[in-house]
Amino acid sequence: MHPILADPRKLALYLAAWIPLVLLLGGVLASTGDFTWVQSGELVLPLSAIYAFVCLSAWYLCQAVPLRASGALYVLVAVNTAAGVSSLIWAGAVGWAVAIGLGIEAQYLRQRPILFAAGFLLFDLAAAFHYALIALEASRQAQARAMQASILARDAELKALKAQIDPHFLFNSLNSISALTASDPAKAREMCVLLSDFLRSSLKMGDRERIPLGEELALARNFLAIQQVRFGARLRIEEDIGDGAGGCLALPLLLQPLVENAVTHGVATRLDGASIRIGVSRAGGRVAIRIENTFDKDARRRNGGVGLANVRKRLEVRYGDAASLEVREIEDRFRVDVLFPAEWRSEERETE
Amino acid sequence: MNIIRALIVDDEELARQIVREMLLAHPEVEVVAECANGFEAVKALAELNPDLLFLDVQMPKLDGFEVLELAGPDVAVIFLTAYDQYALRAFEVHAVDYLLKPFDAARFDAALDRAKQRLGTKMPPPAELAAAARAPLQYLERVVVRDGSKVDIIPCERLDYAEAQDDYVMLRSQGKNYLKQETISNLEAALDPSRFVRIHRSYIVNIERVAKIEPYTKDSRVAVLGDGTKLPVSRSGYARLRELLGEG
Repeated sequence: MHPILADPRKLALYLAAWIPLVLLLGGVLASTGDFTWVQSGELVLPLSAIYAFVCLSAWYLCQAVPLRASGALYVLVAVNTAAGVSSLIWAGAVGWAVAIGLGIEAQYLRQRPILFAAGFLLFDLAAAFHYALIALEASRQAQARAMQASILARDAELKALKAQIDPHFLFNSLNSISALTASDPAKAREMCVLLSDFLRSSLKMGDRERIPLGEELALARNFLAIQQVRFGARLRIEEDIGDGAGGCLALPLLLQPLVENAVTHGVATRLDGASIRIGVSRAGGRVAIRIENTFDKDARRRNGGVGLANVRKRLEVRYGDAASLEVREIEDRFRVDVLFPAEWRSEERETE
Repeated sequence: MNIIRALIVDDEELARQIVREMLLAHPEVEVVAECANGFEAVKALAELNPDLLFLDVQMPKLDGFEVLELAGPDVAVIFLTAYDQYALRAFEVHAVDYLLKPFDAARFDAALDRAKQRLGTKMPPPAELAAAARAPLQYLERVVVRDGSKVDIIPCERLDYAEAQDDYVMLRSQGKNYLKQETISNLEAALDPSRFVRIHRSYIVNIERVAKIEPYTKDSRVAVLGDGTKLPVSRSGYARLRELLGEG
């Protein structure tokens, strides 16, 4: 639908813009001496009224020949051809008919080139106006998209944070502390400190846009240390952290849900527990994180995939196609691979 | 003084330890065993026949509800859980005792007192309790069956059909039969209705196993499964089948 025709207010504004053009054209015709002011008005008014609507058709031309995607020559030829044709019909046929109606054919024939030129210019002007309108609309849409992306990102962030502190984890950890107060007070205190550190860092991280991967790894270690107290020998952890990866910037709480998944779907479902392997490396301008855990294939998936979907969404919003998250099941192992561009804080990059 | 024989089931050692510690103040309760998972619990329940069960909800392999389902309603249970909104609702609805972790001695003693009054009375049907504890629109993904102290887990995709046999259902999976003490209606309610259909008063079939439907008598038909097994299909069963297959 035409943006001006669709909106009565825009149409009124557009027609108002024609008033000075009508006055100008009337003045030019009257000043030739062939027409009186009244004749000039009688001729120009209906002709302009018709042409104002003819010029709206430029919008369809502008849509069909987009400024960016088409060559400059093609745009020029297309617009000027359309201007020529519509002006020819307007000045040649429509104007001629009006002139006959007014009984001023002879004078009209003499001044017809002026009308033709005016028609040509007006159509070109209309095309330029519509191109500007389309560009404005495009930029407005781009802005809306950017806004939506940022809302989505914030939303994902918020959900990630909400999902962050799993009530099971929290209450079971508190239960472990409760048990330790009688049997091993020192261990109970240690667990309190671990849990407090974990809660404090997760809360703090939510406020930041990006953090060094090293901090995220520290949080994961903190989390695993708490789980180790709960599960004891059932939880086995291996780490393989490559050089130079810890300084790279990562989305906060990106690793955490993956490690948490590895514990809940791995250790908590197998009688003999599970081993969790965390690998981080930097290669080819990208950071690669691999989290692998053994799991019980027959176990039901509780809330399976929510955490993963969240991480995937956050990666997509932040990095687009430059990041990826892949999930694979290899026999009794569950593997998540995350890749994203290696970036540093500006001052740190200089020292690299 | 009557000794109450108790079994503690929790996969976390520290969680079992705290129950043990709280029980020190109750010499009338004797802990006969501790189990770290559902399999051990089912075995211990069958062999030791305890009066009271402290049962964690979330455990590897078999969860608390499945353990109870296999144990039957004759043992008094105090559920232990950290957080599970649906389980809590189920406990409230069926007036089952539970303890939220972490708990103090006062709450523990109160739960124990209530459980003592219930000793000897039957628990609500475990299948109904488990059904109430499932999130809305969540269906069973596997069926657990006990044979003595041995536990079989049948994932629903490997269940071919179920047949009612008095108070039991016979489950057919991968060429083997399993008996489970449950009514066929309860089983039907717990299974995903887009995958399983009650084709007869006595039969539920896995829709993916049905190869064809053949006429049998004037009013009835038989469903022929992929392996050649023939199951009777009643008139209303045939209507349900057609509806599910989108031919209705």
